[in-house]
This record gives sequence, structure tokens and C-alpha cells, in this order.
Amino acid sequence: MLATLAPFLTTLATDGGGAAAEPAGLLPARQQMALSLGWHIVLACFGVALPTIIAVVHWRGAFRGDQGALLLAKRWGKVSAVLFAIGAVSGTVLGFEMGLLWPGLMGTFGDVVGLAFAFEGLSFFVEAIFIGMYLYTWGRIDPRRQFWMLVPMAVSGISGTFFILSVNAWMNAPVGFDIVDGEIVNIDPWAVFTKDQVWMQFLHMWLAAFMVAGFAVAAVYAVGMLRGRRDRHHRLGFMVPFAFATVAALMQPFVGHLLGLRVAEMQPAKLAAFELALETESPSPLRLGGIVVDGEVVGSIDVPVLGSVIARNSFTEPVQGLDTIPPEDQPPVNVVHLAFQTMIGIGSLFVLVVLAFWGARWRGRDLLENRWFLRAVVACAPLSVVALQAGWIATEVGRQPWVVYGVMRTTEAAGDNSGLWWLLGATTIVYTAMTVGAVLVLRSMARRWRAGEEDLPSPYRPEPGDAEAEPAGAVSA
Amino acid sequence: MSLELVVAAVMFTGVLAYAVLGGADFGSGFFDLTAGGDRAGAALRTRIDHSIGPVWEANHVWLIFVLVTWWSAFPTAFAAAMDALILPMLLALLGIVLRGSAFAFRKYAGTLGQARFFGVTFAGSSLVTPFFLGATAGAIASGRVSLDGREDVWSSWLTPTSVVGGVVAVGTCVFLAGCFLVADARRGGEEDLAETLRRRTLGVGLVTGLVVLAGLLPLRADAPTLWNGLTGRALPLVLAAFVAGLVTLGLLLVRRYALARLTAVVAVASVVSGWGVGQLPWLLVDEVTVADAAGATATLQGLLMAFGLAAVLVLPPLVYLLRLTQTEQWSRTAP
Repeated sequence: MLATLAPFLTTLATDGGGAAAEPAGLLPARQQMALSLGWHIVLACFGVALPTIIAVVHWRGAFRGDQGALLLAKRWGKVSAVLFAIGAVSGTVLGFEMGLLWPGLMGTFGDVVGLAFAFEGLSFFVEAIFIGMYLYTWGRIDPRRQFWMLVPMAVSGISGTFFILSVNAWMNAPVGFDIVDGEIVNIDPWAVFTKDQVWMQFLHMWLAAFMVAGFAVAAVYAVGMLRGRRDRHHRLGFMVPFAFATVAALMQPFVGHLLGLRVAEMQPAKLAAFELALETESPSPLRLGGIVVDGEVVGSIDVPVLGSVIARNSFTEPVQGLDTIPPEDQPPVNVVHLAFQTMIGIGSLFVLVVLAFWGARWRGRDLLENRWFLRAVVACAPLSVVALQAGWIATEVGRQPWVVYGVMRTTEAAGDNSGLWWLLGATTIVYTAMTVGAVLVLRSMARRWRAGEEDLPSPYRPEPGDAEAEPAGAVSA
Repeated sequence: MSLELVVAAVMFTGVLAYAVLGGADFGSGFFDLTAGGDRAGAALRTRIDHSIGPVWEANHVWLIFVLVTWWSAFPTAFAAAMDALILPMLLALLGIVLRGSAFAFRKYAGTLGQARFFGVTFAGSSLVTPFFLGATAGAIASGRVSLDGREDVWSSWLTPTSVVGGVVAVGTCVFLAGCFLVADARRGGEEDLAETLRRRTLGVGLVTGLVVLAGLLPLRADAPTLWNGLTGRALPLVLAAFVAGLVTLGLLLVRRYALARLTAVVAVASVVSGWGVGQLPWLLVDEVTVADAAGATATLQGLLMAFGLAAVLVLPPLVYLLRLTQTEQWSRTAP
């Protein structure tokens, strides 16, 4: 649903750039990438963060004898089985797409960034093995031993995020090769991992994963409490993911700020678009909202000096204006600016929400009794996904027209296969169906759990309790 | 052995692992599809679910491993193959997506109707995927991918060799799956189910054997380079596949399921490595050799380190997981 926002926005985005001699495969490839990446990134968040969140409740259950917590771990494990499955296949789609959509990129730079993908694949391997073990050892081995299967999953979530973000960081700040007479030479595949940029981007995304997964799980139990199910099960189910989301939401502004400071030096055009700076002003204002129409900023609220303070850590340093950048090197300004500020706005809202909760708790008030607070947390779940998508749109569209910043334009990476439109159509249908399927299955899981069915029996035959079912003897197994 | 060849060999080991482990998962789709109605097929479907549920994601990663190694080590050949074989690749991908998601959905489906729908999707796409992956292999093996110039996206793989590749892939997957499932069923104490599976697997084995043999015929004209390799350097592997296949059928006949599992793996691994050895030294047959396709040396060295790391970090737990699922205690208790 929300992922479909991304291709729509990139459509807008592509209108802004120079329309000179685009290969036929460019526009469909962009849409395809936006759709499949936008969809996968949501599941990736669960793949990265959920094992850690589950580990906490499993630990309580296994080592502290908290049966309620162990039950949560078991249920969240089953949910993650569904989410990991569709995450695994949608991740595979991306693997294929790197070659299918961007032959110019992979053919030219495949060996420069290859190691990062290789290590990411390794991380995924570890996670896939241990999730298989974790899910299928319930009731077969001691929960205390089972706990240790979550640890490699949590670690591989970290390493996987790091390695995949190192590819994106490389696209923003390419290293590890020289270009001599148009040839890529002196390739150093390890350089990709050594830049500070990688660490900052990794941290930003890792925290984002905990915000998305944390708020999503907490929201489920907030809905339960809003419907009057106020038992310990719901409180614990709310508190653990909410605590994770809290830490992530409070750290994120600092990481984001540090990352933003780097943009000024690395990609001035992107920063100019973030800040809607058409001209260099010293000090620069902070432009809230607004769009560019015919070369003029319309409808923004300008706060003097604050732009310099936030983007440059200075009262005087300006944000370099777009007018200093050749038109053919400018990103589509409006989309980048609005996406960027959407992310920041939602992130700030999260800080308020979590501070309100813990502040009230410190003063002895329990906001879980407050329906408006619960509603706010429920809203945080979709908002966190919007912020996630907005952040990716801001950084990806903001890097345009480059796919590898300063080295390769996106037009050079695309192929000339106009048949990719068919692929986009088919993908839209399949991903919609997968979304519907996942929602259907997860909802029925929750419904059956509420009805007291814990083991979710095999659905391949009429249920034993069914009126129309044959006598039990007719069914073997 | 040169560095490129070592990397290519490890990559091909990934292809082998995917063909054997992933193949057995895909092949179970056939038995799921032919299991019968809701009641009659319940036991077999539960067995399949139990058998591939814990391992399919890990087995699936071998494909990712191959893709990533390919584009890192041999980037231009990867881009060329993706360009020429976009259709079979995408159709295989569609199958992969539908198989994985429908399988996960079915396990937790809320109603019988949903379980039926997801089940048919899972089983059908399980058969579609190996066909198109086999067709892709056939196109590469018969020299349909060129580095420059665009092939027609249809004629590059609508060829006798691709069709043979696809059909052989489906057949071997189903045969492997049958051998594993029949052994699983016995370990789980379901002798009736094992008997049914045994009959079907014997049938599938006979048909697949004949298809593999008949499939060799068109290769002579359609894929001469591969043909020369298969009848030359790779001949021992072809013969090994044949013998191991026959032995497997014999073991199934006398109900030695645990052993049949192993010889089936040998048979399928021999078929697949026959292709690999048969097309050496080409990476893309008649177009570019493994040595010429190699990317940056530093990256190849880095990949070797990644392989080493994988051998230490991934293989032990993977072996543990696969062993765990093949024990009696595991097979007996349904979760």
C-alpha cells in the first residue's frame, strides 16, 4: 500500500530532470526499483529488528521463568516466519533486478561492490539457517538452548544491514577504483567498507528498522488495549517493542544530523534540494514546506539562520544554492525537499510521543490508560513506514541524476528494454497479491490466538471440530 | 588451478548445492499437487510441510550465493546473460516469489479454502521455477548468450537444449524430492504414505531417466560444444549419473529408502556437474571463457576470503540443520 507511494513520487521525480535521450528502459526500471525496494525495505526492517526484539522476551521466558514472555516469543516467531518468507523472496527479486534493470551498473561496477553483496548474502544465509532452527525447535529442545539460535539471527541482521548499506554508501561516495581512459582500473573491493559514510548510513538504517518494527508490534498491542484487552500479555507485548522504538527514536535525530552534515560536503546538490536552497544565502534559513514553481519558492515558512545551524552546524556557513550547480546535475527539487521534511517531521513527532510516555511514567502516570496516547502509538506504525520511504526517496532521488555519484549517470546504467513496463505491471499485481495474502494470514493468526488456539493446526483438512468433518478415523497422520 | 577457475568452481558448487537441496524442495511441489483431495492428501501435505519448512529458506540462499558470486567475479558475463535471458530468468523469479510466499501463507492459512489456494500456488510454482532455471542453463550451455549485441529475448531460450534443460531440471527435482519424502515418511512411521510415495517416485524416476537419455540426442546438433564435452571429458560423470540413477531405482524397489536418498543425490549431482564439466573452459559457451570473463583480481581474492568465511560460519550450522531434519525424533513429532 504505502510502497506504492514510492513509484508515484519517482514519476514526479523523473519529470524534473533533463529529458534528453533517455534509454527506453530507464523510466520503467526506476518505477520497478522503487516499487520492489520500497516493498522489501519494510520487510527488511522486520528481518533486522524482530530477532532482537524476540530475543528479549525469549530470554525473559527461558531464563526468568516468565511463561507469558515465552508465549510472546513463540507467537512473534510465527509472525516472523511469514514476514521472513516474503522478505526472502522480495530480496531475491532485488538481486535479479540489479542485473536486469541496471546492466550498465553491474556490468561496469559488479566487481567493485561485489564483496559487499557477497557478505550480505552470507549474513542472509546465517539468518535463514537459524530462523529455520528456531521456528522448528519449539517443543523439541530446552528454551534456554533455543535462545542461542536468536543470537546469530540478531547479529546477522546487523551485519546484513551494514553490508547492504555499504553498497548504497558507495553509490553516494564511490571509492575503490580509478578511471583511466574510460576503463575501471585499480579496483580495491575492500575500500567500500572503510568509509565513515558507511557507518553513519548503517546506523541510520539500523535504527530505522527498530523504529518500524518496534512501533508496528507495539501498535498491535495498543489496538488490543483500545479494544479493552488490558491484561499483562498486552502490556508486555506493548512495552518490549516500544522500548526498542524509544531508544531508536531518541538516537535517530543525532545520527541523522551527523549524516546531514556530511551531505553538505559530499553532495551539495542534494543538500540544496533538502533545504530548498535555490540560491546561496548566508546564513541560510530553514524552509518548512513549500515547493518550487517556475523557479520561485512558494508556500514555505522560513525560519532565519536555522538552516545554517542544522545543516552546517554554524551560524554563518551557508547552504550552497542550486544556482551554483549545472542544471544537468540537479536532482528534482520538490520531491526531495518534501520527502526529506516528511521524514524529519515524523521523526520529531516520534521523539515527542516516546518522551511523553516515559516522562509521564517518571511522574507516576501510566499513559497506557490514556486512549489518545494509544491511538497515537497506533498511528506511529504506518507513519514510521512513511518516514522510512520518505527517507529513501530523499536520499535516492536526491542523488539523481547520478546512480554512482559523479561517475555514472542513471541513464548510463539503464538498458533499452521498453518491455520492462510489462514487468512493472506484473510486479504490481504480484506484490499486491502478496500484501493481501500476508495481511489475510496474519489477521487469521491473531484471530485464532485470541480464540485460544495456540498451535495453529495444519489447515490441510477440515478441522476436527467441524460439523461436516468425517470421523477422526478417516484421517491418518 | 588459476584463481578464476577456483572462483568458478566454488560458484558451480553453489549451483550444485542449489540443484540438490533447493531442487528437492521444489520437487515436493509435484507430490503436493498430486496428493489428492483435502482428506486423502492431508497426510502427505503435512509431511511435505514438515520436511521442507525448516530448510527451504536456507536452501534458497544458494541461488543468491550463485548470483552474487557471478556478478562480482564475472560482471560482464552476468550482465550479458541477464540481458539475453531476461524472460526465463523473470519467469523463474516469479515462480520463486510465488513458491516462497504461498508456502509460508499455507502453513498459517486460516481456512481450508485459503489453504487450498495457497497450496496450489505453492505446488504449481514449485514446478515452474526449475523448468525456467533449467532452460536458462540450457541457453548458456548451447551458446545462446553473446557478450555484445542483443539476442532476441525469445529465440535465445526457445531452443531444443533449453527445453531439455527445463524438463530435466523438473524431473530431477521431483525424483530427488520423492526420495527424500519417502525416507521422511518411513522415519515418521507412516509406512502407508511411504508406500504411495515409493510408487510415485519409481514412476518419476523411470520417466526422468528416459527424458535425460532422450534429451541427449538433440544436443548433438543444437549444442555441439556441450555434446563434445559430455561425450568426452564429462563422460565419466554422465555414466556415473546413469549408474547412480539405476541403483536408486533398485534401492527404492527393495525399500532401502535411507540409502536411496544418497544415491539419488549422487545421480542428480552427476547430471549437473556433467553439464558444468562438459562446457569447460567456457563460462558462456562459445563466447567467453572463465579466464577471460573474470573481473578484478582483488575482487576474486576477496571472494575467496568470503568463501572461507562462509565455510566456517555457514556450513557448520547448515549441516547441523540438515542433519537435524533427517533424524527420527524430528520426523516423528509434528509441531
